[in-house]
Amino acid sequence: MITNEKKKLAQWAMEFALKNGCQASRIIIYGGTNSSFEIRDMKIDRLTQASESGMTIQCFVDGRYASFSTNRLEKEELEKFIADGIASTRYLAEDKARTLPDPSLYYRGGGADLQLLDQRFDSIRPDDKIALAMQVCDEIMGKDSRILSSTSSYSDQVSSRYMIASNGFEGETANSSYSLLGGVSIKEEGSEARPESYWYDSSIFYDTLIKKGIGTKALERTIRKLGQKKTTSGKYRMVVDNMNSSRLLSPVINALYGSSIQQNNSFMLNKLSQKVASHKLSLTDEPHTPQSPGARYFDSEGIATRRLPVFEEGVLRTYYIDVYNANKLDTAPTIGSPSILTMPLGDKDVDGLVSIVEKGILVTGLNGGNCNSSTGDFSYGVEGFLIENGKPAQPVSEMNITGNMLTLWSNLAEAGKDTRRSSSWKIPSLLFDDVDFSGL
Amino acid sequence: MKYNRRDFVKTGGAVMLGSLAAPSFLDGVVNAANDKATGVAFAMNHFRVSEGDLKKVLAAALEKGGDYADLFFEHSYQNSVALQDGAVNRASSYIDFGMGVRVLSGDQTGYAYVESITPEEMIKAARTAARIADAGQVKTPVNLTESRVVNNYYSVKTPWDSISIQKKTPCLQTINDRIFALDSRVMKVNASLGDTTSHIFFCNSDGVMYYDYRPMATLGAVCIMQENGKIENSYAARAYRMGAEFITDDIVETIAREAVDKTSILFRAVKPKGGEMPVVMGAGGSGILLHEAIGHAFEADFNRKNISIFSDLLNKKVCDEHINVVDDGTIPFNRGSVNIDDDGVEGQKTYIVKDGILASYLHDRISAKHYGIRSTGNGRRESFRMMPIPRMRATYMEAGNVTEEDIISNVKNGIYAANFTNGQVQIGAGDFTFFVKDGYLIENGKLTQPIKDINIIGNGPKALADITMVGNNYQMDNGTWTCGKDGQSCPVTCGMPSALVSKLTVGGES
Repeated sequence: MITNEKKKLAQWAMEFALKNGCQASRIIIYGGTNSSFEIRDMKIDRLTQASESGMTIQCFVDGRYASFSTNRLEKEELEKFIADGIASTRYLAEDKARTLPDPSLYYRGGGADLQLLDQRFDSIRPDDKIALAMQVCDEIMGKDSRILSSTSSYSDQVSSRYMIASNGFEGETANSSYSLLGGVSIKEEGSEARPESYWYDSSIFYDTLIKKGIGTKALERTIRKLGQKKTTSGKYRMVVDNMNSSRLLSPVINALYGSSIQQNNSFMLNKLSQKVASHKLSLTDEPHTPQSPGARYFDSEGIATRRLPVFEEGVLRTYYIDVYNANKLDTAPTIGSPSILTMPLGDKDVDGLVSIVEKGILVTGLNGGNCNSSTGDFSYGVEGFLIENGKPAQPVSEMNITGNMLTLWSNLAEAGKDTRRSSSWKIPSLLFDDVDFSGL
Repeated sequence: MKYNRRDFVKTGGAVMLGSLAAPSFLDGVVNAANDKATGVAFAMNHFRVSEGDLKKVLAAALEKGGDYADLFFEHSYQNSVALQDGAVNRASSYIDFGMGVRVLSGDQTGYAYVESITPEEMIKAARTAARIADAGQVKTPVNLTESRVVNNYYSVKTPWDSISIQKKTPCLQTINDRIFALDSRVMKVNASLGDTTSHIFFCNSDGVMYYDYRPMATLGAVCIMQENGKIENSYAARAYRMGAEFITDDIVETIAREAVDKTSILFRAVKPKGGEMPVVMGAGGSGILLHEAIGHAFEADFNRKNISIFSDLLNKKVCDEHINVVDDGTIPFNRGSVNIDDDGVEGQKTYIVKDGILASYLHDRISAKHYGIRSTGNGRRESFRMMPIPRMRATYMEAGNVTEEDIISNVKNGIYAANFTNGQVQIGAGDFTFFVKDGYLIENGKLTQPIKDINIIGNGPKALADITMVGNNYQMDNGTWTCGKDGQSCPVTCGMPSALVSKLTVGGES
């Protein structure tokens, strides 16, 4: 948590900025500690531990705006830092769209505890952290003669932020996270290839972190890759597992940002209230879900978050518009970015989705690729499995999927039920029709 | 718009950040940038540490029996100014200050860092890092001796902290105005200028001490155009390890024209039919092929752990005997150059493929010790918050002896890849990808229809062996290439002559 001393420093910085030329200002002071222990072949490979802190000062000076950050928090240095920052800001062009939010939009407190901070954080002993990582590695090491490398890691961090704005906002957040990961590399017989894979869990609370089976699952995921090869190019039904489905949603969400809309650099431009995707795509922002990564009562500008339908049966219901872009677009701000994205869940996990596909490809990994933000045209490298008669068959790799985001999401056929709790985007495994795969 | 040193120095206004965190620093910066002999003394004064402090911290780092320790001090300041909607209306700055302690015990690493550089905090960090070791014998640090920078690959004429923000903004306005003037279809321009200055001070338990002054400059523009209701965007940028002399009329004009050309072609471009086909890599940015297909897999941490697809191929033939591939930290002003790496090893030019033979991996201190050889100077880190690991610098293929026209004329049906945005590789499987922003179809030996937005995927050893022609038109791409690995970002570059890869899998429609 941010100490009272640090909060007073932020308040002092605000007063100093306002006395020295800022008409408005926002101050954020942040800090955190982290540790990690990496194991390789049952030996500690790396250990790291540190604490850090810093301050960001956002200056609104004579209709101009700039932002300055530093981890040098002595008052004497901050005075010169802020004064010179204000002087620099005056040389920028005037930009009337740069304002703090209307105070009526601010979060004013009163919400129930979102339970994002583990009070046990400081009590977990380093030896216990190492033992957990060792246990994951032990689940891998020596379990298959083809294993080249068994790795695991434990990492944790706690971070906190305190934000104040000169027109009356004050807010604070604190989050903890723990993660446990296993990684495996194996030698493919008759080849130089060394397939690798991993598995992990992460949690806000130490007690709910999954501690067993991580290494075993990582080994299973690696062994099943043996014998990967390309298959024939063509249109296939595509199942994307829950480790990769969010990445296909990411360009769609990016296209909803106010900055993309205002710059005319979005394939979602002028699509509000239109049906742009399959009726199977409903997406809601649920920011107040307790004990979930991404939960928050206010965004990076202090604006109160609320439940927000994003897509309803394929119809686009909102953009993510911050104050700056709202002013430029002459509209009201919504919220700057997504918090927790949820979809109505189906009744099948990834195996269930595969079971209803006679011929298709199950994608379990994306390898590079990109999406054109203006047009939605995308192309990504993929690996996974050919699906034959409802079952994963030949492992495939070195293939691409190519298409357009609007077409892809219009071809969404079914959503699964297997979201990952460790992600703030609760996107399950998904089934798409008619996806172009390039291979042989 | 002409700039010269006198204009830059005569600022008389706000200089953004840099001199702000340490009022006594500015004079020292200028001296240090131009006179490396005073580097260590300057750095010790700046970071407020004495030789006695350093020895005490090194001793604490080794008190559990570690066999090596180093201390990495950094003071970096980054500035950015940006133009949007026709006006330079946004600026940001960031100061990062701190030091990291690394302890090695065999190939194991302990690491801790602090943002407050006091003897007490440093010793606390050293004792945290020391826990990696559990040996009986304690190594005593030797006397510290300055290792001077012999070759400075990025000497600075005009330090960024000597010029004011109002001297930075005109180039952005000019880029904006030129882009709009060059094509009536332009709707929006975003342009930005970034500069970073890093003061690096390093010492280790072998007795080596050095100071390095690292500048970085980037200038880029995004162009958004509309034609018949269709919108496209593309990007042009340049990055060098230079001071403010980086900003010239030429670079501004080059970026403006390139941004327009790269956006304009997209309106005529289509997605090709996907599948396996020959790919001609155009000169310059095609070096991304080397970076992804072999560069990462040649990084020696992956090879000493035996998890790279190239782990068993050192000193073996991996491609045509006329092919030479280099990873170079010594190119003047190159974004990937290093005077001394973050392991304390001088910058070098390293042949990784020589006459078709895999000649060297890319080593840091740990892997060099593992293989019993001298480090190639590839130990790099993002900041004092990270430990050094093997990273590329400027990776390129040397020129061959045929023309690009000859290469294209040898392809009946394939594609020509011209510009790229990003890539990725799976180190063990060897599958690599790169995203082609624009290029052309090759039909009957000639460039025909423009293409765009496709991913190309291949396998490292196969793709290297499938390079059948190398052009005489070597070109370095000095864009804003940034490489990610183990959660660390690192500035790099890549280059290549035009080359023919006989078979890669091209994304596209079926």
